Amino acid sequence: MFALIRAVVGRDLRLAMRRQADIVSALFFFIIVVSLFPLGIGPEPDLLRKLAPGVLWVAALLATMLSLPRLFADDHRDGTLEQLALAPQPLGLVVLGKVLAHWLVSGLPLALLAPVLGIQFDLDADALWVLTGALLIGTPALSGIGAIGAALTLGVRGGGVLLSLLVLPLYIPVLIFGAGAVDATVTGMGAQAHLSLLGALALGGLFFAPWATAAALRIALE
Amino acid sequence: MLEALNLECVRGERRLFAGVGFRLEGGEMLYLQGRNGSGKTSMLRMLCGLTQPASGEIRWRDRPIGKLGDDFRAELCYLGHLNAIKEELTPLENLLASARLAEDALDEDAALDALEMVGLRGREDLACRYLSQGQKRRVALARLVHERRALWVLDEPYVALDTAAVELVAGLIGAHLQRGGLAVLTTHQTVEVRAGAVRELRLG
Repeated sequence: MFALIRAVVGRDLRLAMRRQADIVSALFFFIIVVSLFPLGIGPEPDLLRKLAPGVLWVAALLATMLSLPRLFADDHRDGTLEQLALAPQPLGLVVLGKVLAHWLVSGLPLALLAPVLGIQFDLDADALWVLTGALLIGTPALSGIGAIGAALTLGVRGGGVLLSLLVLPLYIPVLIFGAGAVDATVTGMGAQAHLSLLGALALGGLFFAPWATAAALRIALE
Repeated sequence: MLEALNLECVRGERRLFAGVGFRLEGGEMLYLQGRNGSGKTSMLRMLCGLTQPASGEIRWRDRPIGKLGDDFRAELCYLGHLNAIKEELTPLENLLASARLAEDALDEDAALDALEMVGLRGREDLACRYLSQGQKRRVALARLVHERRALWVLDEPYVALDTAAVELVAGLIGAHLQRGGLAVLTTHQTVEVRAGAVRELRLG
């Protein structure tokens, strides 16, 4: 079971390394969107501190969305997806591997970059730690939920827009608790409750999303 | 071993075929024939369990393949008309990755050996994007060299291959049948496979 997940993750990471432009462009998108806000709003530390959690999280959601359409599309186009569906293991495990690989190349770098960008919003050290932690916990949920949307829109013309319409509403809970965690730290109430809920969302997402995605993929393959 | 009962295929509003059935034992090969659009590929996908038949049933070792699930897939090797190779990876990486994903034990020496056999020695470290259509097909077919699963389902295996490669693939299929394997394939070329019993089924 773990051998299969490892094989999928290994293959997807290798492919991602050969196509670094995709990873880098999503990261630059994140950096630019976040950096535009302080420039547009002007040097008002109080206001920026208040906006920071929301801005960073919304930018993270959008950056994650950028790489989602290709999650299954390439495999679908070259026939690899059929082979994966015919592997003598549940398709859900394959999907879990792909979700993990997606998180490693999209969610993880976002989380690691976020504290640097947070400085632009005058966030203090505690808030930066919580921001990184919240992104580390929350982005796996984004990859998991996103996979369902990516599978449902597989092979649909203009699927990218449809994908955003499907997935972004589902991201709302992650956004609320993720941004809430940082907000709570800034205002001095602990982030514990928010982070716990975020963790629950991530675990739930990683557990259920692969099966829903696998069902959607089987329909797409028919 | 492989049995199809009264299969019906409906694509969109159109019924492609109905009441098709056959039975295939170890060492036998089935040529699926028919004009373009007669449902050959749909038939192969049904045999793999990728598409559900509109009616009818497919049985493997006397049990429906839907019930067997992973046990059936562990005995199945499917090669679609898409090559299922990654353009960014080299032939060697492709071969090793697909073996790992299919949970086949294939080490690097065996993979190199397979690539040599399909005539890609010296190209094993070149990204597949730089290979010709026929060479890509050879990478896909290199999987068959060490494939020991009982049922091979091959969709147009000879497409884009030169005569030497066609002979080679026919030889691989022949050896597979001799080991007691089964093969179902579609093709528009008449290629002689020198082992096993060949049966034909014409759709449409």
